[in-house]
Amino acid sequence: MAGKIKINTERCKGCGLCITVCPKNGIVLSKHPNKHGYFPAQANNHDCNGCAACATICPDVVIEVSREVNIVEVKEIKKQNCGIKTKINY
Amino acid sequence: MKTVFKRTPSLKDTQTHYCPGCGHGLAHRLLAEAIDELGIHDRTIGIAPVGCAVLAYDYLDVDMIEVAHGRAPAVATGMKRTNPDKIIFSYQGDGDLAAIGTAEIIHAAHRAEQITVIFINNAVFGMTGGQMAPTTLLGQVTTTTPQGRQSNGQGFPLQISELLAILPGAIYVERCSVYNPAQISNTKKAIKHAFELQMNGAKGLSLVEVLSPCPTYWHMSPARSMEWIEKEMTKVFPLGKLKDIA
Repeated sequence: MAGKIKINTERCKGCGLCITVCPKNGIVLSKHPNKHGYFPAQANNHDCNGCAACATICPDVVIEVSREVNIVEVKEIKKQNCGIKTKINY
Repeated sequence: MKTVFKRTPSLKDTQTHYCPGCGHGLAHRLLAEAIDELGIHDRTIGIAPVGCAVLAYDYLDVDMIEVAHGRAPAVATGMKRTNPDKIIFSYQGDGDLAAIGTAEIIHAAHRAEQITVIFINNAVFGMTGGQMAPTTLLGQVTTTTPQGRQSNGQGFPLQISELLAILPGAIYVERCSVYNPAQISNTKKAIKHAFELQMNGAKGLSLVEVLSPCPTYWHMSPARSMEWIEKEMTKVFPLGKLKDIA
């Protein structure tokens, strides 16, 4: 698991836009409503790579994303290795 | 694990009153992120519109003022002229900017006022109950056009950005959208660029139009609304930089 998302389910309005953009199909709508009566998004985080597409499109800014290695760091590592393929924990 | 995405400080930690899937939340976030990334939080003053985003001052943690319907560019003019070191932006919807406030925005651009305008275009009057706006697409069903908008009698969609781009006083006009993550990043870049122009003292008005979804009054699911922007709305309102003379 290279990435992880945390959804504030009490603020989520269940619009489902995060589900449409997740490349790993890692988000589903909960079967249990929150205190406002919306069915919030729920992450399984099994295959998450921390791309943050879900957080980018979330209109209510309820998703927080963390990942093992920052994309910038990955780019820097690639630059240093001048195209030599190395295993990156990402 | 490193946190790579979290709420930006200029966006207050509260729940918004917007409907599920509304584009205003996205626009607020992009605006707040642009303000924080440029480090202009302490000297930015915003103007909230009349419309769905009327409570924007409850969500954005910058100094804000609420003005009469459509008059934001006129008030912004006064604010910028008396406080030239401040960064002034107005946040307006299509009912505010393209209907009642058309005269104000055209004349503010015509006078080359050094302000930034964020124009949220969702092709409908959201707050009042989904009536036809000047930007409503032909054939689009709204509360006041139950048979779909007809050009004969109800006119054509008003393309404000194209209208303003021909004025010499407007220095930067770009139309963006929020229908997918790539477009959202583009929109943020555009908003940042508009602020940068104002910070650098560029002589003229900068406007960023954002095509935004209104799932409630388009009678669509949020995901379908995003598709509709991509497939239908961008035909009438083509995305891209209409003017950038800086």
